[in-house]
Amino acid sequence: MSREHLVNLAVVLALVLLPLAAHLMGETYWVTLATRAAVLALAGVGLNIALGQGGLVSLGHAVFFGIGGYAMGILAYHAQTYTPVIESLGLPGTNLMPLIWLVAAMFAALAALMIGALSLRTSGVYFIMITLAFGQMFYFFALSWPTYGGEDGLSIYVRNRFPGVNTLVPIQFYGVVAAVLLLALLLSDRLARSPFGLALAAARQVPARVAAVGLDPQRLKLVAFVLSAALTGLAGALFADLNRFVSPTMFSWHTSGEIMVFVIIGGVGRLMGPVVGAVVFVLLEHLLGGISEYWQIAFGVLLLLIVLFARGGLIGLIAGREKAHG
Amino acid sequence: MMSFVLLAEQVLNGLQFGVMLFLMAAGLTLIFGVMGLINLAHGSLYMLGAFAAAAVAAATGSFLLALLAALAAAAVAGVVVEVAIIRRLYDRDHLDQVLATFALILIFSEGTRWAFGSFPLYLDIPSTLSGPVRLPGGIDYPLYRLVLIGAGLLIALGLDLMITRTRIGIRIRAGENDREMTAALGIDISRLYTLIFALGAALAGLAGALVGAIQSVQVGMGEPVLILAFVVIVIGGIGSIRGAFLGALLVGLTDTLGGVFLPEALKLVTDPASAKAVGASLASMAIYILMGAILIWRPTGLFGGRA
Repeated sequence: MSREHLVNLAVVLALVLLPLAAHLMGETYWVTLATRAAVLALAGVGLNIALGQGGLVSLGHAVFFGIGGYAMGILAYHAQTYTPVIESLGLPGTNLMPLIWLVAAMFAALAALMIGALSLRTSGVYFIMITLAFGQMFYFFALSWPTYGGEDGLSIYVRNRFPGVNTLVPIQFYGVVAAVLLLALLLSDRLARSPFGLALAAARQVPARVAAVGLDPQRLKLVAFVLSAALTGLAGALFADLNRFVSPTMFSWHTSGEIMVFVIIGGVGRLMGPVVGAVVFVLLEHLLGGISEYWQIAFGVLLLLIVLFARGGLIGLIAGREKAHG
Repeated sequence: MMSFVLLAEQVLNGLQFGVMLFLMAAGLTLIFGVMGLINLAHGSLYMLGAFAAAAVAAATGSFLLALLAALAAAAVAGVVVEVAIIRRLYDRDHLDQVLATFALILIFSEGTRWAFGSFPLYLDIPSTLSGPVRLPGGIDYPLYRLVLIGAGLLIALGLDLMITRTRIGIRIRAGENDREMTAALGIDISRLYTLIFALGAALAGLAGALVGAIQSVQVGMGEPVLILAFVVIVIGGIGSIRGAFLGALLVGLTDTLGGVFLPEALKLVTDPASAKAVGASLASMAIYILMGAILIWRPTGLFGGRA
């Protein structure tokens, strides 16, 4: 067992045990913080498929996070007002989480297919700028679209249902989120070892050789981008459910930057990187934010130091560089 | 009914917006073209210029001093940041550059909020430049905006002459083509890089101050402009000053004219209320649709040679 495996095992145990301990001690607030960290980690696990496995530096993942959020917001809004989503079809809203997740992931994947098909025509710094620009397009669209609250956003009064679970109890909702996160981690790990994942890694490192054996590197990257977006969309739906609120901020490019920051702080391309990164981010936000409202200055300095001096992120620092990729 | 006067006014507004975008995009595209660096913190330098100008104008009452302060503050900040941090990023991949400059944005934005507070500042247009001026065709147009267009065009011309005709321009183009060879010829590459970064920073700071006089000066003001400048560069082709100029005018005109005429055009096919709403949504997306279309046609932009 390598050191990274031990670290991964410790992270999974902490995901299960620490919030449970907080719950038993009656620290509901910490359970909610843990839920926030787990949702953000899920968004990071999504991005890590594109970024870590596919080498795609996407600064537009807020699009998928926001689409997931609005999928939840719109469906739940129509369910709580008993109005149809599409009037002519009489299509009703829903407050059933699995159904909302499915819609969120599907629409995020659809958006990724369109954005990816356009932006994968380019590479490198063009790709970064184009994903950033499309993110901004969705942000402005959400701001100027009055049907679902425009810049005020949309409030949902009751958290959505999951069969057999009382989602209004923090620890039970955390259980749902943590289960989804663990499944996503399993999927991400399986994906990396699958023939597709190996081909994708090769397409990241030497696209010419992948093309030479008859695979299309662009198509591999597009599939990775779409899968990555679907997971981030799912995270967006859960994030909206956690806050019972969606607003255009979810589409803001700062959100894209932050999701990327989780992945990097933890360690890009590492299975548990996004989880460690999201936990550290939420802890810093809580602890530093309690000291000063200008905590982001300190956070910026920390991020700068990690980028300049701790390549491989925190997992890289702990577990060494055996799995670091070029 | 659209009149000629309204159309002319909106075209001028689009030009004004476009030349200011050019000031941002020129620095970004030079920095990318020569140093291969993607700098997200360019918008922070724009913001810094605007805040420096507002602070100096409030203290001295002189707009000219305010502009000089904006140039100086942004250029000095550019040099400091380049020497302390950016320099370490030239050999890194784009991901590291994105993250480090994202961190710089957090530091600049929150630092400015800490120093100046969350409320917007205001920078007044100097009295000699305020008020409208009558143009041929009976168009009354704000003199200050006209001056912005003129200043932007002059700077664009100056930059083009500098790149194509002067010794420093030759060095910049040499650095863009072959860094090692340029260094081997005895040119101090690291000073050249600092100089280019400072030049880009100064242009961004100047744009921030000039635009700050017609909008409010506030934290985060640089970021929407930064992203539009990226759209400009993607359209124009990375590294090309002429591409940046053409792209900036295209984006400025599309954004301004789209915002005014799309809702009007939609009124012809649907009721006024939904025309206004749908038109506003479409107009906010117009430049990105333009970018997408140009990408399908030319993936490396209008003037771009390489990906």
